[in-house]
Amino acid sequence: MSETPQTTASVPTRLTGAEIVWATLAGEGVRDVFGYPGGSILPLYDALRKYPIRHILVRHEQCAAHAADGYARASGKVGVAIATSGPGATNLVTGIATAMMDSIPMVCITGQVSSKVLGTDAFQEVDITGITLPITKHNFVVTRPQDIAPVLREAFLIATSGRPGPVLVDITKDAQQGMADFDFAAAEAKPHRPHPMLSAEQDALTEAIQLILSAKRPIILSGHGVMESSAMDQLRTLAERLQIPVASTLLGLGAFPASHELSLGMMGMHGEAWVNQAIQQSDLLIACGMRFDDRVTGVLASYAPNAKKIHIEIDPSEINKNVKVDVPLIGDLRQILEAILPHIAPRKDSTWIHAVNSLKGDAAVRDIKNLPDLGHLYAAHVIHDLWRATDGKAIVVTDVGQHQMWEAQYYKHESPRTLLTSGGLGTMGYALPAAIGAKIACPEKEVWVIAGDGGFQMTAAELSTVVQEHLDIRIAVINNGFLGMVRQWQEFIYEGNYACVSIISPDFVKLAGAHGIPGATVRKRSEVLPAVADARSSSGPFLVNFLVEKEDAVYPMIAPGSALDEMIRRPANGHTPLLETSEEP
Amino acid sequence: MLHTFVALVEDKPGVLTRVASLFRRLKINIISLTVGHSERPDVSRMTIVAEAAPGSGHRIKASLFKLESVLDVDDIGQLSCVTRELALIKVAATPQTRTPIFQLAEVFRARVVDLAPESLMLEITGVCSKIEGLLQVLSEGDNRILEVSRTGRMVMRRGQHTSRVLDAMRISNSEEEPIIPTTATIGEADGLEVFSGDPNHPL
Repeated sequence: MSETPQTTASVPTRLTGAEIVWATLAGEGVRDVFGYPGGSILPLYDALRKYPIRHILVRHEQCAAHAADGYARASGKVGVAIATSGPGATNLVTGIATAMMDSIPMVCITGQVSSKVLGTDAFQEVDITGITLPITKHNFVVTRPQDIAPVLREAFLIATSGRPGPVLVDITKDAQQGMADFDFAAAEAKPHRPHPMLSAEQDALTEAIQLILSAKRPIILSGHGVMESSAMDQLRTLAERLQIPVASTLLGLGAFPASHELSLGMMGMHGEAWVNQAIQQSDLLIACGMRFDDRVTGVLASYAPNAKKIHIEIDPSEINKNVKVDVPLIGDLRQILEAILPHIAPRKDSTWIHAVNSLKGDAAVRDIKNLPDLGHLYAAHVIHDLWRATDGKAIVVTDVGQHQMWEAQYYKHESPRTLLTSGGLGTMGYALPAAIGAKIACPEKEVWVIAGDGGFQMTAAELSTVVQEHLDIRIAVINNGFLGMVRQWQEFIYEGNYACVSIISPDFVKLAGAHGIPGATVRKRSEVLPAVADARSSSGPFLVNFLVEKEDAVYPMIAPGSALDEMIRRPANGHTPLLETSEEP
Repeated sequence: MLHTFVALVEDKPGVLTRVASLFRRLKINIISLTVGHSERPDVSRMTIVAEAAPGSGHRIKASLFKLESVLDVDDIGQLSCVTRELALIKVAATPQTRTPIFQLAEVFRARVVDLAPESLMLEITGVCSKIEGLLQVLSEGDNRILEVSRTGRMVMRRGQHTSRVLDAMRISNSEEEPIIPTTATIGEADGLEVFSGDPNHPL
């Protein structure tokens, strides 16, 4: 790690506020930032050349935030986004809200007009701290250069403590221009007090252990918190010791290997039928780092009616928010699992797991993957083939919609931090910029974007960023000419009234070509693997435009107001299964 | 159900907004909010009375603690405490109609703090029911209430500073963290009447 004199000074050095920003970021271990310059942040950009930090210029500040988000999800480090005041700051808002909903550690730095004119509706002035109050863990306004280092260091601490989240630091132009003494070590924030309502007392732990040992039909619900707490090994040990099947939230996919015999895959609104049925039949749910989101529970009144619930969660305000639980264990997941494991002796009883497997029933017959395509190209087939071609090892960044759900169903993730997707907010346009962040964070990993034609169009301008930064990102556009998920809801719930969901897109291959990115269009199943191979052997970015079945639906689906086991299933329709697409060993 | 929270918060601009905004997001109506300096420099004391579902106290308290500016939160619930509020009440009164109002004021131990040819102003301190009582009596008969200004409820728990609590505070004082003695610090062993805050509790 190269060090410039300004970054690790133990003797205070006199620097401008702008220099202090970069020096503090470098001291916090930041190597890459995503941003877009502007008037109120000119001093900051002027000072950048003195510091060993890479700045990635995006094409829209929303994408700077998404890129910082993707960077954080892929690496586990704090993502940093930078924008100017006024419209630059407001353009960050969607990206900040996306990070807030999925608990992603992020620090956003915005320029602000000079403190002398604050509050006068100056040019490009906006109250960004007021606007982002509900969507940040905390935010700051800095008007003096001597406050920059302590505030930034505290921002990093807040972003990464407890339940992670985005923090915004608004720095006025005169603070960037003023001079102050900089001492990185002295600027260290006070240790963050842990949330005072953490509680995993011995009697609660004992009760949890008793419930776990006596349960006949337990299920582990694995969520994003497993990865944030690095508790994958502990979770796996618990599951294997007692042969407990593991269901996953969307954001939890990859924390428990999909190929493991105990893995059930995703649960909830578009989870496989047998997973949700198993939950409804279970007698104990061990919820690990998940928050019982409405996409996961179906209608709350009838959720898991026979199950006791243990909730291991670091944020006390999530306890009993949606689902009343029997034993809350409020603290760090890994530590709590480590306290529980010594009391769990191995047991070989696969009765429950056999029962769950038999719930699969005729699911294979209804799985589009196993149905003859009759000449149509289905997204599920595309994603299944992509999964096989990449050996399930790529970092996949999805956008939002039907393709997102098909990805969760058909791309089996074996390791953590390999699925980047906007779960809580469901932000269309997330995929391409987040993939940029992921590729910068993990340059040696294969990164695939899977986006729908709707979402891809929202942030397609970032193709220029891909080219400018020489990023070898592979892009799969699942193109059906519709805003698919909305169309599906209109089909099922609004009596087929397709209102404003038919969408015309540019020829994405030509669009990519205009950026100097090669591409291919795929219309038939037989063309999928060759196109994917072309993408993978290309020395730079590559876009594949998959023209898929226009009116396909994600099955199963739990309609709003339905219970978890009241799923709409794909009609079995006399199709016979194709052997070719059955599960590989 | 009315919940009363006492929060110790950083004395900085914007903290009030953060707290109020939190209640807004939780769709909880604030009945009254009063804030002022506490016994510690840089720390303000906020008393919030909110209308919320029974049992929602845990979530509100947990959410308040999530705010970086909030240092400590106490959910008063049914705990033994002193509650006070101050009101200024302006009533239309001429020299001829004043005397009955003076007598009413004496009954409620309110003070006359302003006398004008057409009106007089009363100041009253006490529990909510006492203030509500005076307002009701004033509004009956021929009296015209011209203005009412109320501070909102202020609350402080009765004598829970046992030596055990003081020790806990001394430890936290050395870490420069203010602490409100709550059930966590007190514990039932101190022999104080500690209610669970549950309105259905038999006590």
